Amino acid sequence: MRKKVIAFAATLLLPVSLMANSGGENLEPANIDLHDHKSLQNGAKYFVNYCMGCHGLKASRYNRIAKDMGLPVNPKQTGKTGKEADQVADANAKLITENLIFTTDEEGKPSSLGSLMLSSIPPKDAAKWFGAPPPDLSTVGRLRGADWIYNYLKSFYLDPKRPTGVNNTVFKNVGMPHVLWELQGWQKLEEGEHGHHLVLDKPGKLSPEEYDVVVRDLTNFLTYVGEPAQLVRKKYGVFAMILLVIFIGVAYAMKKEFWKDIH
Amino acid sequence: MQGLLNWIDARFPLTKVWNEHLAEYYAPKNFNFWYFFGSLALLVLVIQIVSGIFLTMHYKPDAEMAYASVEYIMRDVPGGWFIRYMHSTGASAFFIVVYLHMFRGLIYGSYKGPRELVWLIGMAIYLALMAEAFMGYLLPWGNMSYWGAQVIINLFNTIPVIGSDVSTWIRGDYVIADATLNRLFALHVAALPLVLVALVFVHIVALHVVGSNNPDGVEIKKLKDENGIPLDGIPFHPYYTVKDIVGVGVFLLVFFAIIFFGPEMGGYFLEHANFEPANPLKTPEHIAPVWYFTPFYTVLRAVTLSPFMGTLAMFGAIVLLALLPWIDGNPIKSWRYRSKAHTINILLFAACFLVLGYLGVKPVIPMLKELGTRMTEIYFMFFIVLWIHSKPGKANFVMWFLILAAVIVGIDLFRYNPEATDDASQIVWQWIFPIGYLALTLLLPGVVKSFNTEKIVPERVTS
Repeated sequence: MRKKVIAFAATLLLPVSLMANSGGENLEPANIDLHDHKSLQNGAKYFVNYCMGCHGLKASRYNRIAKDMGLPVNPKQTGKTGKEADQVADANAKLITENLIFTTDEEGKPSSLGSLMLSSIPPKDAAKWFGAPPPDLSTVGRLRGADWIYNYLKSFYLDPKRPTGVNNTVFKNVGMPHVLWELQGWQKLEEGEHGHHLVLDKPGKLSPEEYDVVVRDLTNFLTYVGEPAQLVRKKYGVFAMILLVIFIGVAYAMKKEFWKDIH
Repeated sequence: MQGLLNWIDARFPLTKVWNEHLAEYYAPKNFNFWYFFGSLALLVLVIQIVSGIFLTMHYKPDAEMAYASVEYIMRDVPGGWFIRYMHSTGASAFFIVVYLHMFRGLIYGSYKGPRELVWLIGMAIYLALMAEAFMGYLLPWGNMSYWGAQVIINLFNTIPVIGSDVSTWIRGDYVIADATLNRLFALHVAALPLVLVALVFVHIVALHVVGSNNPDGVEIKKLKDENGIPLDGIPFHPYYTVKDIVGVGVFLLVFFAIIFFGPEMGGYFLEHANFEPANPLKTPEHIAPVWYFTPFYTVLRAVTLSPFMGTLAMFGAIVLLALLPWIDGNPIKSWRYRSKAHTINILLFAACFLVLGYLGVKPVIPMLKELGTRMTEIYFMFFIVLWIHSKPGKANFVMWFLILAAVIVGIDLFRYNPEATDDASQIVWQWIFPIGYLALTLLLPGVVKSFNTEKIVPERVTS
C-alpha cells in the first residue's frame, strides 16, 4: 500500500523535471539568470531604447519592473527606514523616469511611474508599414521561450529579396527589420557542407561577445516580464512543501492511531 | 451545546444527516489506494469553485479586455497569479483524479448492480465536467482558446442539414466573437457549476443508499451482526475521514509543487500558444486540445469516413463507457477473482487510452495516423470483448476471435489503397496491434485454460 502511494506520487512528480520551456530544435541555450538585477536593468535599457518604439509591454508597469530589478520607487519597498528610505526611492524614481520613460501623458509630462509600458506607435500605421502590427511583447517570454528569443535576435542576415533587406533563420520571412544592426553589424548566410551558417559581414559598434551580452540581457528581461511571479513563486513553494510534509506526517500518525484496532 | 443541538434537531435533521452519511455510514474496511480519488475529486471541486469566485472578481468577459484582464490578474492583483494557477492546475488535476476514480470503478466492477445509477450519475458528472472545462478554456481569450473553441464548436457543423444553424446558434455570431465569449462565461461561472454541484450531491446520495463497493467486490451488507452493522464495515467517520486527510496531504503536495515550480507543466496544463491574444487571422502552427480531451480527439481524427461519423464515434466512445453496467454481465465484480484474460483486457484498454491521449497532442504523420486508427479499433473492441467475457464458461472464444479478426481485416481491405504508399505500408504492419489485442484477450483464454479460470469470491473481504 505505502509503496504504491510512493510510486504513484513519483509518477505524478516525474513531469515536473520536464517543465522547462520547450524552445525548438537547434536553439542555443540562453543561459539567463532572472535574479541578476544588473542584467535585468541592462535588458530594460535596451528594450526601451531599441524595441519599445514599436513593441509595447502593455501588461507591465514601470514601477513594478523597477521594484523587480532592484530599483524600488516606493519607500516601503527599499528595505530602509525614515528619511533614508525616501531618499533611495526618490533617487530610483529619477533614474527610472530619466532612463526608461520616453512617452508623455496628455499634458506633455513624462508618463507616470505607475503607468503601463505602452508603445507610442499608432497600430493602424504600423500595420500598413510592416504588414501586421508589431505584437505586444508582454507574454512573448511564455509564448516563445527564452532560448527562442535569444537565438532569434542573433539570427538576422542580409537578404535583398525581403522588403526590409533582412531575413531571419529562426523566424523565416519575418516582417521585422534588424533593429539592432548598429550594435551587431550585418550578417550574411553562407551555404556550407553541413547546411547553412551565419557569418559577420560588416561589424557593428559592439564585438560579438558584447552583442551576446546585450541579447542575453534583453532575453532575460523579456522572460522576466512574461511572468513576474516567477521571481517569487519558487521561494513560496519551498515553504509550502515543508509545511505539507509536516502535515502529512501528523495526519499519518493520526490515521495509524485511529486504525490500530481495525484488523 | 447539547441544548443547541436539540433545538436544531427539532427543526432540521442535523444529527440524522451526520449519522447517516458519516458517523454511522458503514464503509468496507478494506479500501485501498484507489479509494482516495472520490474524496479528492470533491476537494478539487471546492478548490475550483473558491478560486473561480476570486478570478471572477477581476476577470472581464469581453473580447477586447479578456486577455489583458488575465494578465492584470497575473501581475497587479495581489496573489492573483496564485489564484489563477490554482484554477488552471485544478482543471487538469480534476481530470487526473476523475480518470483514476473511473479506472477504480472499472477494475473492481463498481458499476455493476446495485450501483448502476451511481455509475450513470458519475458519467453525467464527467460530461458536465468536460463542458465546464471546454468553456473555461475559452475565457483567457488566447489564440489557442480561440482555435480550440473553433474546432469543438465546428463539431456541431458536422450534423447533417441543421449543423451550421446549430453552431451559429451556439456561437451567437457567425464566427467566435464577443457574444460567444460572454455566453460561455455565463455558462462556465453559473450554469454548469450549479449542475455539477447538484449531480455530485445526487451521486453521493445514491452511493450511500447502495453502499460502497470494495477491492474484493464483496457486498458487505449481506453479513451483519446482531445490531444490523455489517461485519466488514467500519464507520466512515472517523476511520475514513482520518485516512482521507492523509490522501489530501499527499495530493496537495503534488498540486502545490506544480503551482509553485512548474504551473505550465511543460505546456500541457497551460499551452505556450495560448500566451498570445486570440487572433482570427492567425492559426496556431499545431492546434491540440488540452491533454484531458486528447484521447477522444484522436478517435475523432481516426474515423475519416465522414466528419459526422467522426463526431459520432467520438461521442460514442463516451456513451459506451456509460453503458458498462449492461455490457459487462459477469456476476464477479472485482478483477481479483476474474480470469487473467479479463485483467489483460482492462490493462490493454488503459494502455490504449493513454496512447490515444498521447496521439492527440501530436501532429498527424502517417505512422501516428495509422496508430490512432488502430488504437481506436482496440478502444471499441474492448467493449465487445468485455461482453464476451461476461460468460467465460460458455462463450466460444476462438470463434469470436475469428469473427472480430475478420472484421478488422475487412476494414483494412476497405481502407487499403496501394497508391497512397505511406498509408498503405502503415496499414500492412500495424494490423499487429488489433490482432495482437484479440489474440491476448480471446485466443489465449480460448486455448490456454489457466487464462480463462475464475477464482471463488470469498464471503468476507480480505485483509
